[in-house]
Amino acid sequence: MAAPPPPSPDPQFVLRGTQSAVHALHFHSGAQGQGCPLLFSGSQNGLVHIWSLQTRRVLTTLDNHGGQCVTWLQTLPQGHQLLSQGQDLRLCLWDLTEGRNAVVDFVHLESMGFCRGSTLAMGQQRWTLAVPGKGTDEVQILEMPSKTSVCTLKPEADAKPGMPMCLELWQADSSSRPLLLVGYEDGSVALWDISQRKVCSRVACHTEPVMSLDFDSQKTRGVSGSAEKALAVWSLDEQQALQVCRTHEITNPGIADVKIRPDHRILATAGWDHRIRVFHWRTMKPLAVLAFHSAAIHCVAFANDGLLAAGSKDQRISVWSLYTQT
Amino acid sequence: MEPAAVAAAVRLAVQEAVRTLRSSEDGGTVLSALGRLQRFLGGTDAPALPDEQQEFARLHLATVLRCLVSRLSPAWLELLPAGQLEELWASFFLKGPADQAFLVLMESIEATEGPSFRLMKVAELLARFLGAGRLTAVLEGQCRQPQEPAFPLFQETLLARLVGLPDLLGNQLQRENLTIFLPQNYFPLLAKETARALGTVVDSLRGGSDCSVSFVSQVLGKACVQRRHKEVLGVLVPQLTVLTEGSCLWQRVCWRLLEQVPDRATEAVLTGLVEAVPGPEVLSRLLGNLVVKNKKAQFVMTRKLLFLQYRHKTQELRSLLGYLALDSQRRPMLVQVLKELLETWGSSSAIRHTPLEQQCYVSKAVLLGLGLLDEVELRASREELLASLMAGVSCRLDSSLPAARRLGMVVAEVASARIQPEGPPLKFQYQDDELSRELLALATPQPVGDSPSRTSLQAASAPAETPEKGALGDGAPQTQPQGSDSEPDSDDEFVPYDMSGDKELKSSKAPTYVRDCLEALSACEDWERWEAALRALEALVLRSPAATREVSVELTRALLHLEERTSVVGFDGLRQRALVAVTVTDPAPVAEYLTSQFYTLNYSLRQRMDILDVLTLAAQELSRPGRLRKAPQPSSPGPPSWPDNAPAPAWRAVVEERIRGKTRRFSRGSARSIPAGDPNSFSAVAGYFFFPLIQRFDRPLVTFDLLGDDHLVLGRLAHTLGALMYLAVNTGAAVAMGKALLEFVWALRFHSDAYVRQGLLTAVSAVLLSMPAQRLLEDLPDELLEVRSWLAGSESCSAGSRAVAQWIKCTWCKAQGLVRILV
Repeated sequence: MAAPPPPSPDPQFVLRGTQSAVHALHFHSGAQGQGCPLLFSGSQNGLVHIWSLQTRRVLTTLDNHGGQCVTWLQTLPQGHQLLSQGQDLRLCLWDLTEGRNAVVDFVHLESMGFCRGSTLAMGQQRWTLAVPGKGTDEVQILEMPSKTSVCTLKPEADAKPGMPMCLELWQADSSSRPLLLVGYEDGSVALWDISQRKVCSRVACHTEPVMSLDFDSQKTRGVSGSAEKALAVWSLDEQQALQVCRTHEITNPGIADVKIRPDHRILATAGWDHRIRVFHWRTMKPLAVLAFHSAAIHCVAFANDGLLAAGSKDQRISVWSLYTQT
Repeated sequence: MEPAAVAAAVRLAVQEAVRTLRSSEDGGTVLSALGRLQRFLGGTDAPALPDEQQEFARLHLATVLRCLVSRLSPAWLELLPAGQLEELWASFFLKGPADQAFLVLMESIEATEGPSFRLMKVAELLARFLGAGRLTAVLEGQCRQPQEPAFPLFQETLLARLVGLPDLLGNQLQRENLTIFLPQNYFPLLAKETARALGTVVDSLRGGSDCSVSFVSQVLGKACVQRRHKEVLGVLVPQLTVLTEGSCLWQRVCWRLLEQVPDRATEAVLTGLVEAVPGPEVLSRLLGNLVVKNKKAQFVMTRKLLFLQYRHKTQELRSLLGYLALDSQRRPMLVQVLKELLETWGSSSAIRHTPLEQQCYVSKAVLLGLGLLDEVELRASREELLASLMAGVSCRLDSSLPAARRLGMVVAEVASARIQPEGPPLKFQYQDDELSRELLALATPQPVGDSPSRTSLQAASAPAETPEKGALGDGAPQTQPQGSDSEPDSDDEFVPYDMSGDKELKSSKAPTYVRDCLEALSACEDWERWEAALRALEALVLRSPAATREVSVELTRALLHLEERTSVVGFDGLRQRALVAVTVTDPAPVAEYLTSQFYTLNYSLRQRMDILDVLTLAAQELSRPGRLRKAPQPSSPGPPSWPDNAPAPAWRAVVEERIRGKTRRFSRGSARSIPAGDPNSFSAVAGYFFFPLIQRFDRPLVTFDLLGDDHLVLGRLAHTLGALMYLAVNTGAAVAMGKALLEFVWALRFHSDAYVRQGLLTAVSAVLLSMPAQRLLEDLPDELLEVRSWLAGSESCSAGSRAVAQWIKCTWCKAQGLVRILV
């Protein structure tokens, strides 16, 4: 008990050169011949950089958002395709096979917000996409790659939850019905059943807008961060009712992004206070406060091997290796 | 046989035996004479007739016993072998009528001078007498209805001897005294014997014969008057408590016992009784309706213990008021007492002139009494009670003593909730302390008649409950952690990293120049910058004195007018420290500005008091020796402003250790140099601080009237002036300051507010401490005499606590010492 805690760790390496605030990060492992993990970063000036984690240099730069901020990056499970969402109201689908970097398709968005989209693979080639819809409080569900609009999820008239702020599509192992978690502007998190187009459950987690959420489908437990000084952990029971398990106080307000590591053991948050916070996912015990950046952090991402990356307004991307040996 | 003949026969026999005893030196003759006398005491083989025995006891026993004592000597005792004679001799005292034996023993002890063989023998016999429980017999003898009217002088003597025994023995035996005669042993014994005697009385009452307990009452009264109530009642009350439970006869005897206590002892007995009983029910059982019957008892119980004294504990108050509440005949008295208590509590004169301890005492009594009233009684006298209560609350809230204010708030909250439960509750903000918690605890109405057996039952049942609670408490957290079911616990080996750097983030940068601070503080809408400027200011001022001097007065103005518009932690401390730093850096102009602002319009009392505080603190800092060499430390604990301060000592220690390891020293002396003397920086500027403050206190403004309502500020002013005077010790201005200050004190010496008077006392003490004695004597002889007489007067009427009285006394002694030199 008497042993003092180990000193706060340093980043494994830092990626510089985006020339602009970093707003989106995404790891992609084994794209080209299993060996070379990649990191995609999207920045304020509309560029998407593809970093090699071996050489720690930029491999390619993608530019198709007209100088507008790139807010979301996601690779598709099928392989070498990348989705990038920008503030120019476009969602581009890139083909990256064998060094290509061409836009093969794009979806026109109708919402100006910072709400990121979400994807869910439905079959070999088909996948579902959730993006903010035309009305301020709507979410649009698209069938891809055909871009067929499946439905629009609009809350009931008296609910008034405000704009959707973050989306998370998922599917329980036992059923084939896709579900969507939406964090709203009024601080509530709602669970939508897409096939029935209705809200299964909605719970008020925060008093400020929900900025980000992540969901662990194994434990049916999720976490959300907001503009306030607390993280909320909520769970979903068999009746598909959400309930808040606990809230965890943090020192400074504002959580821009929250991610659970793919092995469901730790989670990381991106704080407006320039700090990354790492928690034990099961117990929510604080494990580390990483103070490296000098400006607000916009996004965090985990690789499958446990590597953690954080992108900040100070134009740097820090990459950390925490609790990976076990 | 004719009575006359019996008398003659007995007289003849006794006279002959006594003559033999007086003269004979022969063992056999003495033995036979004693044997003849012993027949009259009974208990031998051939006892005398009962008539003869009575005659002997009535008339001759004392003579015989005196004669026996007078013969006592080592030679006489050895007339017969093996202590036979001594045993026989003692038996006359132990077996005969106890009262006479006791009196003769006491008499002979009193008459014997100095330690001697006879004295020791008699004292030992007395110890045997007490040990054999003969005191019971003495008391019983007086309780039994005598065949002939009691001889008052005899009873009086017996009473004095019974109660005065420890004193007499102590005086006579000096260091040879036996333990049984020590008061702490004797009085419990007396109490035990009293209880036994009362037992006999009860038995004989059951048997149908008359008895009187008035003698026992007198013994009890006299012992209590001699302040032995703790020893006597400490033993007697528990016994009576047990005996009176469930026995009407015992209760009657007990009531009678206390009724017959002489008037002059009533107070002592009742006070002792209230202290000794465990609770109101016992008190009620022992006392009965004494307060209704006896005027003196009523006075003691309803006035003296409540209004004239305040040393009793809360438990005693509870017993007393509970006793009044327990009987329907006494309840009107309780209501009356409560009204009077509240009246006293609310009287502004009482608040000003009684010590705080007494006010607390009355407050406790009020709360206890309110707890005892029932709804009907409360409703009947609600208006009256509320009026007194509110008067007291408003007077106390006006008081400048914080303790009095708090007392007012607590009592107001509790009492108003009780008097008017349906109204909106009163709520004050005050800090909890021991007293307030105690008062709040008194408010909960206790079930009347909380007998000790019931409390012991509760006590016994309490521990039985706690384990259950503990088990519940343990069980609850086990359900808390979620997802712990099937999870492997390997994650627990994740060791947290150091998170001590996780502090609140301040986004704006602190200003680097004093002028920037001034700008940020005076006209700034950026609150983070404002706060950062406030936090940085003190350090900046101290770091750059030259830059500060350029803007010192402006900076002071800005700080003085600063309002806490956002809730900054430690705002008052930051502002005050910054002001002090500015004043210290540029004393003369800033002090001039501050003192002039003290007497202008448009300041709040708070700001004026801030000015006084800042002046005191700055003067203290200026007069601190060695302040120029040492960097000033932040004095009061504010929020830690530099988080990187903490690791510094660690590396410094490492570096110093390394240097020490590589340095060889040739001589071992103390490394520290003796602090060099410094000029007192306050000396040059003391006048700027002091004189403008003292000049204008008697000129009222529209918003500020020191001699009127604002006596709190006046008190602070007096304290500040005293502090400035004290800090100006050994400076040139001290004499002039002292003179002015004594005039100030003279003008205000009969102020009605206790806090102001305390301030004046500070000022006088400071003058006496700071001014050189010679200057005092030469320049201010008249003032000194006046101060002395004021102190002498105020010592007697110090309405504050004892500490203040003590303080006055010390100051007076100092003044007196000086005056003595003068005269």
